[in-house]
Amino acid sequence: MADVGILATTKAAEQIAPRTLDGPSGPRPKRRFSRANIIVYGTLFIVAVYYALPLYVMIVTSLKGMPEIQMGNIFAPPIEVTFEPWVKAWSEACTGINCDGLSRGFWNSVNILIPSLIVSIAVASINGYALSMWKFKGSEVFFSILMIGAFIPYQVMLYPIVIMLREAGLYGSLSGLVLVHVAFGMPINTLLFRNYFAAIPEELFKAARVDGAGFWAIFFRIIMPMSLPIFVVALIIQVTGIWNDFLFGVTYISSPDRYPMTVQLNNIVNSVQGVKEYNVNMAATLLTGLVPLTIYFISGKLFVRGIAAGAVKG
Amino acid sequence: MASIDTDARSRAGRRPNRLFKNMNAKLASLPMMFTALVVFLGGTIWTITYSFTSSGLLPRLEWAGLEQYARLWSSRKWLVSIENLAIYGFLSLILTLVIAFILAALLDRKIRGEDTFRTIFLYPFALSFIVTGLVWQWILNPQFGVQDVVRDLGWTNFNFDPLNNPEIVLYGLLIAGLWQGTGLIMCIMLAGLRGIDEDIWKATRVDGIGTVKTYLVVIIPMMRPVFVTSLVLIGSGIVKLYDLVVAQTSGGPGISSEVPAKYVMTSMFGGQNLGQGFAASTMMMLSVIIILIPWAYLEFGGRKRG
Repeated sequence: MADVGILATTKAAEQIAPRTLDGPSGPRPKRRFSRANIIVYGTLFIVAVYYALPLYVMIVTSLKGMPEIQMGNIFAPPIEVTFEPWVKAWSEACTGINCDGLSRGFWNSVNILIPSLIVSIAVASINGYALSMWKFKGSEVFFSILMIGAFIPYQVMLYPIVIMLREAGLYGSLSGLVLVHVAFGMPINTLLFRNYFAAIPEELFKAARVDGAGFWAIFFRIIMPMSLPIFVVALIIQVTGIWNDFLFGVTYISSPDRYPMTVQLNNIVNSVQGVKEYNVNMAATLLTGLVPLTIYFISGKLFVRGIAAGAVKG
Repeated sequence: MASIDTDARSRAGRRPNRLFKNMNAKLASLPMMFTALVVFLGGTIWTITYSFTSSGLLPRLEWAGLEQYARLWSSRKWLVSIENLAIYGFLSLILTLVIAFILAALLDRKIRGEDTFRTIFLYPFALSFIVTGLVWQWILNPQFGVQDVVRDLGWTNFNFDPLNNPEIVLYGLLIAGLWQGTGLIMCIMLAGLRGIDEDIWKATRVDGIGTVKTYLVVIIPMMRPVFVTSLVLIGSGIVKLYDLVVAQTSGGPGISSEVPAKYVMTSMFGGQNLGQGFAASTMMMLSVIIILIPWAYLEFGGRKRG
């Protein structure tokens, strides 16, 4: 969760990513069970087990009852499968005085996510378009400041933004948080769009100009329709970044009943009161991770391309 | 001379409507200008300025010189935070690079099921640090987690309780952090390995150099840009380390897993001690700059590239 290394990585990704995505090339190895192969596959398999284990533990724990958790070990599959922890996590778990479960945080996150997505992608794509095809005096300066800003730790800008939002009367509200996401998502997405649009042949642009199309007409009727892939990549980066955000949610939302899902999840699991219900906690954790995981497994190679190009955000 | 003349003339001709030239593009870029100038640049300058004041509950322009910094560096919690970040950062940097490179090299051996392996190694990256921290908090739970499982297997004296032991709590964080982050670096390195010419491999095979030795002596030096990129990525990620600590340990036991980003957040929003927060965040920015300058020099200083 960082929007770092953008400059370098994009460059690397632009050159290399397409090739990576084709998978291995060249002839298949002939001997399948040579000693070297056993070492390669053995190591990969063991490491894969380590990486897959937490997801497995989450699923398994969330399907057990509390007595079974207290008796057995965390890696054992459930003897009696129960979906009660899921129901409880979704609609009954308590944070402070609210006991209506994670569903509240989920809908808050959705309410934050949708406007943030629309505004940030719209703004970033238009920035990228202006920066690549309608350069004006000073446009590169703004772009450079934006890129440098991406490397500065968020903590430096947190408080000034509190003041700005308070002045605008938006501090503590969802729309304030949306604006913050738009601002911090801007560097990486602008870079993404700018590089993509810069590769579009100039003749196309010139022909449209000769035909009398202006700034907006060229953008909506020519550039946008031919740039679908990059919009999808930006969408993936933004969805995972905004959904996984914790810092901005906890800083710019003032009342607990409007907290995004990650913040609420942390409050539920790390609350000190009451008996710890590990199965409910893991169900809640899994629920929160479900949105980015779904995006990840569906988008597959586009996700890899997205993160390689954007090298992380959030 | 002639060229300067024409230049001046054309500029003079355009002058009347220069501001309005390309008007739509400028209007459309207003959000970007605002973000760059006011939020990023303005915000940074604001924080640095106020780090030299005695701001407490509210920001106040009362000049206090370096007092906040003096207090910062005499605070035990800050010193622990810095030390933690240094240890965590060093180990995380080395281990991420090594593990990610080994995994990438293994995946590059023209194996079957590459996509499956890559999907498994990378999925943690899609998860938030909060989710990561909470899962590993559960797996490392002393009562039910790994420690308990190993004890049940017969090693009754087995002790591994990093989240309650100040001595090793950083390793608990490290296990989770590596799990979440290595996949990304692996992907970047894999892309780098794929970018290496097949002929290099043929040449080393002809010369009879072993596979491992080829990687160490030929391939790694060739991948320097990829390593530099990874280094910057990991480095700036480490400085931001915050959510993971909040979710997994809340800085505990005691203050043994505090980190600078958490110090900033606690002073600004918990301790009503804004000046400390500003000074600490300025120090964080300084450390990022220290990381970035050598990189920027390597990347852009040596030779001009696209």
